[in-house]
This record gives sequence, C-alpha cells and structure tokens, in this order.
Amino acid sequence: MVNQIIINGMILGSTYALIALGLTLVFGIMKIINFAHGQMYMLGTFTTYYVYSIFGYNFLVALLCSIFVLAVIGAIFERYLYRRVLGFAKREEVAMLLSVGTALLIEDSALIFFGEKRKGVKPVLEGVYHIFNTYIPAQRIFIFLIAISAIVIFLVLMQKTKTGRALRALAQDKEVTCLMGVNVKKVSMLGFAIAAGLAGVTGAVLALEYPIYAGSGTAISIKAFTMLMIGGAGVIPGAIIGGFILGMLESIGYGVFGGSETYLLIYASVIVFLSFRPHGIMGKPWG
Amino acid sequence: MSSDKFLHKDGLLKLKDNKLIIIIGAIYFVAVPLFCRNSPYFLSVIINYSILSCISLGVWLTFSIGRINIGQAAFVGIGGYTTAILITKLGMSFWISFLLSGVIAAFFSLLLGFVLLRLKGIYFSMITLTLTASINLVFLNTDFITQGANGIMNIPRPGAVNIGNFTIIPSFRTENYYILFYYLVSIILLVCFICIWRLYNSRIGWIFRALRQNETLAQSIGINIIKYRIMAYTICGFLGGIGGSLFVVYIQNIFPDSFKVVDSINYMLYCFLGGLDYIFGPILGSFLLTICFELLRTIQKYQNLIYAIIIICLMLWLPNGIMSIKLPKKIKLLLNKK
Repeated sequence: MVNQIIINGMILGSTYALIALGLTLVFGIMKIINFAHGQMYMLGTFTTYYVYSIFGYNFLVALLCSIFVLAVIGAIFERYLYRRVLGFAKREEVAMLLSVGTALLIEDSALIFFGEKRKGVKPVLEGVYHIFNTYIPAQRIFIFLIAISAIVIFLVLMQKTKTGRALRALAQDKEVTCLMGVNVKKVSMLGFAIAAGLAGVTGAVLALEYPIYAGSGTAISIKAFTMLMIGGAGVIPGAIIGGFILGMLESIGYGVFGGSETYLLIYASVIVFLSFRPHGIMGKPWG
Repeated sequence: MSSDKFLHKDGLLKLKDNKLIIIIGAIYFVAVPLFCRNSPYFLSVIINYSILSCISLGVWLTFSIGRINIGQAAFVGIGGYTTAILITKLGMSFWISFLLSGVIAAFFSLLLGFVLLRLKGIYFSMITLTLTASINLVFLNTDFITQGANGIMNIPRPGAVNIGNFTIIPSFRTENYYILFYYLVSIILLVCFICIWRLYNSRIGWIFRALRQNETLAQSIGINIIKYRIMAYTICGFLGGIGGSLFVVYIQNIFPDSFKVVDSINYMLYCFLGGLDYIFGPILGSFLLTICFELLRTIQKYQNLIYAIIIICLMLWLPNGIMSIKLPKKIKLLLNKK
C-alpha cells in the first residue's frame, strides 16, 4: 500500500513538475503570474484529443502537435498582448488581470468550439506491470518517462544553450540583460512559447489518464499556484520540488483520506507552512 | 506618483456644492423608484450591482495598501453562510444576523490576516486565491453545520422591525419586496461608501497610501505596518461579510460554491475597471460590468467570450480604469468641478 502511494506520487509529481516549470518560467522572465496556464494545459489536452483520437495519428505526433500549437499561442499572447501592456501600464497588476482575461478567453472559446461534453482518448499502451509489490499500468510508466525526459530536456536547454542562458539572465535582471546585447523581445517571446509548450506536453500526457473537458483548466491553475507557493516562485529547482511535493501529498491524501478532504488538508498545511516560510522552500523574497 | 494626484483625486466627490452628487442622488432616490417600481428586472440589476459594489469596496481597500486580494469570495461565503445558518437554524432575525455576519467575517479575516499578510506581492495573490478554493472545500465538508453539498435553501426574506406598534422597516415578505431591497442595498451602499471615503481621507488613509508605496519605508518612519494592514484586511472582510449576507437573503439560498474563484476575480475586475485610484471606482466598475453582462444576455452562448474580450481590450487600452479618462473642459464646467 505504501509502495503504491509512493509510486503514484512520483508519477503524478513528475507531470505536476512540468506544469510548475512552465508557470515559474513565465514568472521569472516577466514577473507576472500566468493565470491562463491551466487553460493552456486544457488546450493541450484537446489538441491531443483531436490529433490522436479523431485524426488517428500516432500519439507522439499528437504530442509534438500539442507542443507546437501551444508554443504558437504563447508567442502570440506575448507579442501582441503582454508586451504592449507591460510597456506602459502604471501598475503591475494590469498584466495579471490581462492574464485573467486570456484565461477566460481560452476557456470560453473552448467551451463554444468544443462543447461541454467530457471526452476521453484511447490508451496508448495496454497492460499492467507488477513491480515492488505494486501495480503500475504500462501507460503510467510511459507518462512518467515522457515527463522526466521533458524535464531533463528543459533543464539542459536552460543550462547549456545560449537561449537558456539568456532566459536565466532575463529572470535575474532585465536591464542588464539588455545591456549585454540580448534581444530581450525575442527572448521573452521564446520564453513564453517554451512555457506554453511545457503546458502542452503536460496536456498531451495527462489526456491519457484524465477526462478532457473545457473546465479542466481552473483546477490545474490552482494546483500550479500551490506548487509555486510550496517550492518558491521564479526558481526552477523550486518548481520541480514543489511539483513532486504536491504530487506526493495528493497521492498520500487520496490514499489515506480520499475525497474532497484531501485538498482541504493540503491547502491548510500550505497556509501553515507559509506562515513559517513565506517564500516557499527555495523562493527569493518578492514584493 | 505625484502627490498632486492624491489631493485632487476625489475632487469630483467633494461633498460641498457639486451638481453631480445632486444628480446622482436624485436619480437614485427619486427617479428610479418612480419609474421602475413595477419592473423587477431593472431593480434586480441595480440590487445586484449595489451588493457587488459593497464587496468590491472591500477589495479596493486592500488594493489601497498595495495588495492584490483575490480572496474576497471566501469572506462573502463566510458572511453568507453565517446569515443562512443564523436565520434558518437559530431563527434569528435578519437584521441582527446581518451585523453578526459582518463581524464574524471580519473576525476570520483578522485571524487569517496575521498569517496571510506576511506574504507580499504575487505570493499574497496566490495564497488568497487558494484561500477562496479552500473555503469552498470547508463549506463542502462541514456537513453538520452547512449541510454540505445540499446547501441551505428557502431562506426567508427579512421581517419587519417594530418598536412597539410603530413599523420602522416594513417586512420584506410581501409582494413588492424588490423596491424594499432596492432601498435597503442603496442605503447600505451609501453608508459604506461614505465610511470608506471618510476613512481614506483621514490619517489612516494616508498611512494606507504610505503602505502601498513602500512598506519597508513606512516601517522605518515608525508606522506599525502590521496593525494597519490587518486593519485594512479586517475592514475588507467585514464588507465581504455584509455583502454575502445581503446576497443570501436576496437569492434566498446558498451552496458551497456560490462564491468561488471566478467571483473573487470579478470583484477585482470591478475595482480595476473603475479605476484603482478612485474610491468611486469599484462602484462605477461593478455598475458598468453588470449592465454590460445583462446586455449580453441576449447572446447567451457568447456572453462569457465577449466578456473576456472586453476585459482584454480594457487592459490594452484603458489600464488605469475609466475614471482616469480626463473630461473635456466643457463638461467639467457643467459639473462645476474645480
């Protein structure tokens, strides 16, 4: 039983870490909280649904499509909406409300275009493995591998490539990055696109396990915020830690308590935790 | 920010010799009852936006100390459930429950404020968002008080207030209760507005402005920032509580997710639309967005989508709110503004 909870927690945590990474990247480079991140995840699930189930392509093709579509949407948002608003708004909250507006926009467009019915996709792999006295469906291992590879690719991107260095520099200090000759506009757009792409990966991957419907964005957004609060906003290791911790907490909670009390206890413990450590485990002071 | 702006910001609302006040007062207390007495729809729109304005005034107050508060729906819910439980289970009259809901919501915001207000910036926003979601779960899971997912229904409307044989406030359980509700919420809105206006233009209001600009600096000149930010948050909770109480007797039921995250975001939006630097902002914002939402009712399917597009357009082109638009000179002279 304990083994099962731990394994479930790890698998869930890896996918949650992906979501947290996307949100933390946007926060790091643009200092705004992207309320629409959950809705982008939802678009990822729908893209996967259409490419994989309706058109019948291979799941990996669906995954790539989902990343591509979300990245394009992310780039468009950054270029036409956020860049304009961040340029001249007197108060910083305007960008946050803009992200709320985009979230509502995506969610309601999805409701209109895709309808309200919940959808599901066929599983990719059949079969269950019996390891360490636990039952792990083969599909879950597949999800775990994709999530871990995405995280590893993202980390390599941030550490080793020029773009990654530019993004990290942008997160630290925007003006000095400009002085260093980095094309901040292009890099911001790329950063937002990468974050949206991460949401797309998560969407594709979780579409296999959970129902696909237009309202799934809000719950994911709230979970993503909780992960950021636990791990610290704007810090990449913090996002990964936050994601895994939330995954484990959720798994333990559902295993021991079950039902709606799980998240109540999680939120209550997060509030208590934050009273001792307001910036999360690895966060820098902000405000 | 130039201090000049703060001095003239509410010049439009100076209580002496200003025609605008008289016009608004006349419309509110004479014209509307006269013409709309028999159309519950118009009255219900006004009642709706008035209660939303009260709640948004609370959110505005937390904006004025520099915090982005997305947790107001939690206190509206607490106030609402308090009233519902007191009226249905303990049989109290609405008028006492109304005040008690405000007090209890203020009490909870006082307690939570000690913990939550330590966080700043986006952490505060995120935790208040989580607070809204958690309070919904609390209501869902405490079956023994709140009846859980079934909610509390058939809440009776307020009764009369009598002193001896003399009726001060007529009973709401009659046919034309809409007009009575209209008067009730309008008067409450007026009282709240005057109180907040008085508060913001007093010494405490200037302390709030100082907190908004730079909390550390304010602390360094000797302001007790903990006391004042908790004060602001408590007043915000109180306004949320009485708003919830009014909603509950108006709609006559309450469920765990009657007031959720999207409602919190709406309250914030009303403040934004009206203009965060003006006390009249949240009232104007809730008025305009409520009207806008009603007008869109005919295109039911696209209602939310157009609402979202309007929000985005507002952020792109009118980020400082509607009241930041400068009136042309002729209209200024007409309204007697200096």
